[in-house]
Amino acid sequence: MPDGPRTLYEKLWSSHVVRDEGDGVCVIYVDRHLLHEVSTPQAFEGLRAKGLPVRRPETHLAVVDHAIPTRNRGGPISDPQAAAQIALLEANCREFGIELIPVQDVRQGIVHVIGPELGFTEPGITLVCGDSHTTTHGAFGALAFGIGASECESVMAANVLRQTRAKTLLVRVSGAFAPGVAAKDLILAIVGRLGGAGATGYAIEYAGPTIAAMSMAERMTVCNMTIEAGSRTGLIAPDETTFAWLEGRPFAPQGADWDRAIAGWRALPSDSGAVFDQTLEIDAATLAPQVTWGSSPDQVAAIGGRVPDPAAQGSEAAQRKTARAIDYMGLTPGGALEDIAIDKVFIGSCTNSRIEDLRAAADIARGRHVAAGVGAIVVPGSGQVKRQAEAEGLDKVFLAAGFEWREPGCSLCVAMNDDRLQPGERCASTSNRNFEGRQGPGARTHLMSPAMAAAAAVTGRLTDVRKLAV
Amino acid sequence: MEPLVNLTSRVAVIPEADIDTDTIFPARFLLLTVKKGLGRYAFHDRWTVSGVEAPGFPLIPGAADPARILIAGRNFGCGSSREQAVWALHDLGVRVILAASFGEIFRSNCFKSGVLPIVLPQADLDRLQTAGILTIDLATLTVAAPGLAPLAFEIEDWRREALMNGWDDVLVLLKTQADAIAIFEAARRAAAPWLFPTAP
Ligand code: SF4
Repeated sequence: MPDGPRTLYEKLWSSHVVRDEGDGVCVIYVDRHLLHEVSTPQAFEGLRAKGLPVRRPETHLAVVDHAIPTRNRGGPISDPQAAAQIALLEANCREFGIELIPVQDVRQGIVHVIGPELGFTEPGITLVCGDSHTTTHGAFGALAFGIGASECESVMAANVLRQTRAKTLLVRVSGAFAPGVAAKDLILAIVGRLGGAGATGYAIEYAGPTIAAMSMAERMTVCNMTIEAGSRTGLIAPDETTFAWLEGRPFAPQGADWDRAIAGWRALPSDSGAVFDQTLEIDAATLAPQVTWGSSPDQVAAIGGRVPDPAAQGSEAAQRKTARAIDYMGLTPGGALEDIAIDKVFIGSCTNSRIEDLRAAADIARGRHVAAGVGAIVVPGSGQVKRQAEAEGLDKVFLAAGFEWREPGCSLCVAMNDDRLQPGERCASTSNRNFEGRQGPGARTHLMSPAMAAAAAVTGRLTDVRKLAV
Repeated sequence: MEPLVNLTSRVAVIPEADIDTDTIFPARFLLLTVKKGLGRYAFHDRWTVSGVEAPGFPLIPGAADPARILIAGRNFGCGSSREQAVWALHDLGVRVILAASFGEIFRSNCFKSGVLPIVLPQADLDRLQTAGILTIDLATLTVAAPGLAPLAFEIEDWRREALMNGWDDVLVLLKTQADAIAIFEAARRAAAPWLFPTAP
């Protein structure tokens, strides 16, 4: 680690080194760990088999989000496998002394929504979860990254992980968004620019005036999709926006601790003159709303664009990849994106299910109606988001427009609960992955912002939201 | 964990780039809470079409002489952190995967189950694809194919040692880092007491 000016990433890293083993390999300390039902059963089983306790139970917080149905929350869960998986998390947390947010609790929700909401996420800490979208929490200036189930076991047993230090990539964003353009469009464009593996091995720091002007919700949307460019870590320096958002939340430091914490957090931003291994400059003012046309998040274009022609791609590998994606998606090379008709709309997921996202979608839905033949659902990210939205009357707006209003969970972001597309169905989705089968075997996903998804819902096809006057 | 020192095997080839872990292990099977026996779900939607076996996919469960070495396309295992992707491949018998690059979390997960991910330049992989049989040796860090000069690869020393000895990562960390963890925690508690709500 060089002396002199340091990046945010280097500060976070070096303040958590338990042992430096050379060559960038370090044992690093993990301050906090979020758990959900999918990535932890085998980790608990590992502890049990080895007779190990959880070292510091108070550093872990568990919630159910992936497998839980988003309808009929009061009744029993109809899928026996889902019911068993959820019951197992409850039993494991009881056995090992870990706090679990009950399913019926207003604090329940998607792990990457509730962590920040409860102040469990905070600047300057290391935070992990057996989930690749743990990048989300980097929006607070926490060193947050996704891990596998075996690493969850290490964290529960020892609060440490052996890791290799990443290189650093600065993504500097300037320029104000044009009307109708949102944080989701920015991150989709960045992923498109970097490519699906373009940031592998790097920790990204998003900075610049556009990022500094963003709300925490927008910052979380940006950091959330960092993994879609191959990077496990997406950071934004904490600032007054961060502190104001966090103050008073249940897990956040209180009183004298709060003052002391803030003083430390103010020292976290990258020093002027800190050197990054790579830099990417983005002008947000030139961005149009983005949609993905293919089956990986980097296969993205401005809404006014067209499905690419495989023959026009550079390498043979790129030609094959493009052709396969177009075939899977059931599209025609050269077709206008705005001509693509959709069957379903999903507004939700850890990328875009916060109150600001629901407001943006409701602004488009208000006074309009979901197109004939289209099924549209809105799934708030947490019980608290749902309650807030209902206090603002957003549920009424959506229901009047023909959307379904659901209970919090991962829902149609991942085809492992009751919400699932049929083979060949096409969905306008605010989630983060359009992989083959992600929303169900044979399902076709187009990623976009909440406003764009709402626009697609009311017109029945991919639509430039700027053409719908609010 | 079963040690891995060297291995000679028939090779399966899946050259497509950017195969994500949703493709390797479809999400709906994540409701299973076990670690063993997941091989039957590996690449499930690639080799079955509505439950009917599609011919020609190189990694089909129950094969008589399963390939233990896989040559994959660039960015193999990107996307979701689900370790089931590794457990499923391991259950099929795959112990070594060669690719020009890997999804980072997938690569890390491989080592935890005794699967060796090897990064080699695409040009070398293109040549190895036709070899049919490969020999991997962790002692010499080489990949050898009949009629080709052995190719060297690199992995971190600690990972190599763990693979060759079949060490369990959790037990190694607890055994080797206990003192360092205690020292770190004492300092951390002093600097950020709100992260330590309970007494030592
Ligand atoms: S909403 Fe989707 S991406 Fe986010 S945690 Fe749930 S399944 Fe993963």
